[in-house]
Amino acid sequence: MTLQDYHVTRSSNAARVAAILGALALVILVAAPWWAGRADMRLMGELFLYLALASLWNLMAGYAGLVSVGQQAFVGFGGYMLFALTMFAGLHPIAAIVCAGVLGALVSIPVAVLIFRLRGAYFAIGTWVIAEVFRLGFAQISSLGGGSGSSLPVAIVKSLASKRAMRESLSYWLALGAAVIVVTAVYLFLRSRKGLALTAIRDNELAAGSLGIDIWRTKFIVYVVTSALTAMIGALIFLQKLRISPDAAFSVNDWTAFVIFIVVIGGIGTIEGPIIGTLVFFALRETLADLGTIYLIVLGVVAIVMMLKAPKGIWGLIRSRFDLQLFPLGYRVIAPGKSDKS
Amino acid sequence: MDWLNAVVQGTLLGGLYALFAAGLSLIFGVMRLVNIGHGDLIVLAAYLGLTVTTATGMHPLFALIVVVPTMAVIGYVLQRGLLNQTLGDDLLPPLLVTFGLSVILQNGLLEIYSADPQKLEAGALETASFAVGGLNLGVLPVLTFAVAVAVIWGLQWTFYHTALGRAFRAVSDNQDIAQLMGLNRRHIFGVAMALALGVTAIAGILLGIRTSFDPSIGGGRLIFGFEAVIIGGLGNLWGTLAGGVILGVAQTVGAKIDPGWQVLSGHIAFLIILAIRPNGLFPRISA
Repeated sequence: MTLQDYHVTRSSNAARVAAILGALALVILVAAPWWAGRADMRLMGELFLYLALASLWNLMAGYAGLVSVGQQAFVGFGGYMLFALTMFAGLHPIAAIVCAGVLGALVSIPVAVLIFRLRGAYFAIGTWVIAEVFRLGFAQISSLGGGSGSSLPVAIVKSLASKRAMRESLSYWLALGAAVIVVTAVYLFLRSRKGLALTAIRDNELAAGSLGIDIWRTKFIVYVVTSALTAMIGALIFLQKLRISPDAAFSVNDWTAFVIFIVVIGGIGTIEGPIIGTLVFFALRETLADLGTIYLIVLGVVAIVMMLKAPKGIWGLIRSRFDLQLFPLGYRVIAPGKSDKS
Repeated sequence: MDWLNAVVQGTLLGGLYALFAAGLSLIFGVMRLVNIGHGDLIVLAAYLGLTVTTATGMHPLFALIVVVPTMAVIGYVLQRGLLNQTLGDDLLPPLLVTFGLSVILQNGLLEIYSADPQKLEAGALETASFAVGGLNLGVLPVLTFAVAVAVIWGLQWTFYHTALGRAFRAVSDNQDIAQLMGLNRRHIFGVAMALALGVTAIAGILLGIRTSFDPSIGGGRLIFGFEAVIIGGLGNLWGTLAGGVILGVAQTVGAKIDPGWQVLSGHIAFLIILAIRPNGLFPRISA
């Protein structure tokens, strides 16, 4: 048995099975307009958008250590850009969504330069201040309805597709596409050289810095990319809602608190975590939503208990028992004689 | 004269913001904990005041005799029962646990007291005023400012002239060595949180007399307190008072220009100071 008999691999049987099952699930989900009812499609569309938001927040908080409670700034910004660009610049809604992403990236640059001066928890509250500035700022723009908001004109909605069923399918596919793109992008990013640097920063910032990783720059890139994608998701969210107001667009509960609960419950710092968390969150919401405020209290308690008793979330519990990794990121050494299992 | 008036009123308003901030500053100074639920605890204190005044018919300022100890006990229990478990090198647990706490408090208050705006009735105190050099000053804002100065002086004195303050500084400097010297850091943290929530109780009652409140306003109060702390410089209590005053003046001057700009101009002043003096105006040297 020599050293050559050992080999290093990234993939595993579990990951291959997960990839095949994932592809099958994706085919079934793409075909949803032919088998699902309207209400179900709406719910699934919302689920995909939350999955995208959660994956992005997880990339920032779980990997880059940038714990933001102000992502609603970019959700609302994207939503408002969709409305402004379609209503005043005459852009097609889909072009407006892409532009919202570009503008989101541009806006996030000065924001990052400013709030990166704050450390840790103060960074978190700083992001919240930014979100408040956005909310109060957009409430001042009277052409977008000021504090009471505005609705997307019918002509623009119709420009997406003339028939209602077609519009609903399109908006479902956009949501599904957004979730797939975001999860894939996060996965590919983490497998890249930059992703390796990011993982090193997550594990030990001091050690990563001493190995020559530019910590500020890496975090900055993550922040800008996340903000751009969050703005695009925001545009999609308000394309579904068709109505925007400052309080709804920049709601800390809707776009940050829920997202944080999803990631914490599912498992922070993993790609699988937000997926599991989103499913658990929607299951809880669909069963407990009638309880109103009690449901939110339950959610808060679950998140606190999870953070104290199982800080790695549901996926962390599963992984500690079965050594699974559905999205192969880490390498493992396979000893000779042992087949590549797990 | 109108502008001078705006500046004076803003300064007095700053006293209230400094009270929001003092508790935040204290617990950060002692245990490096940033409590996202701080604003909701301020609102909780205001609601406790409401319950006490409606149940007994007491004046809200006398209700402090009940509310301050109650909040202090809540603080001690909260710290020892929950928040002590989150302390460590990892940033996430305290942040997310206090965030969860904020959601629980907000919705708990909503469940008990409903979303209707409430106010603490303080009788003549609400409208009483006196004239100084052509300006009319409200008795309540002046009282609030005086209380803020007294509270900050009291905290400063506790920090530097008592055994408890020495314990605070010791655990703040090095928890492990303080522990070796016979201090129980879990208890010290509990006492610090009790003291912080005692101050929060005063802030909550004064807030409740000054304006109406509902369960959703906690986040905004947290942000004002946080801005005052950062403007003044971390770890400097008198700086926190100055930060509160700057924030208050920015808000009233902004409101003078356009009423819709009151809160926004406070945030903008904060961001400008963050851009030019990232460590705040009066940072403690070792911050």
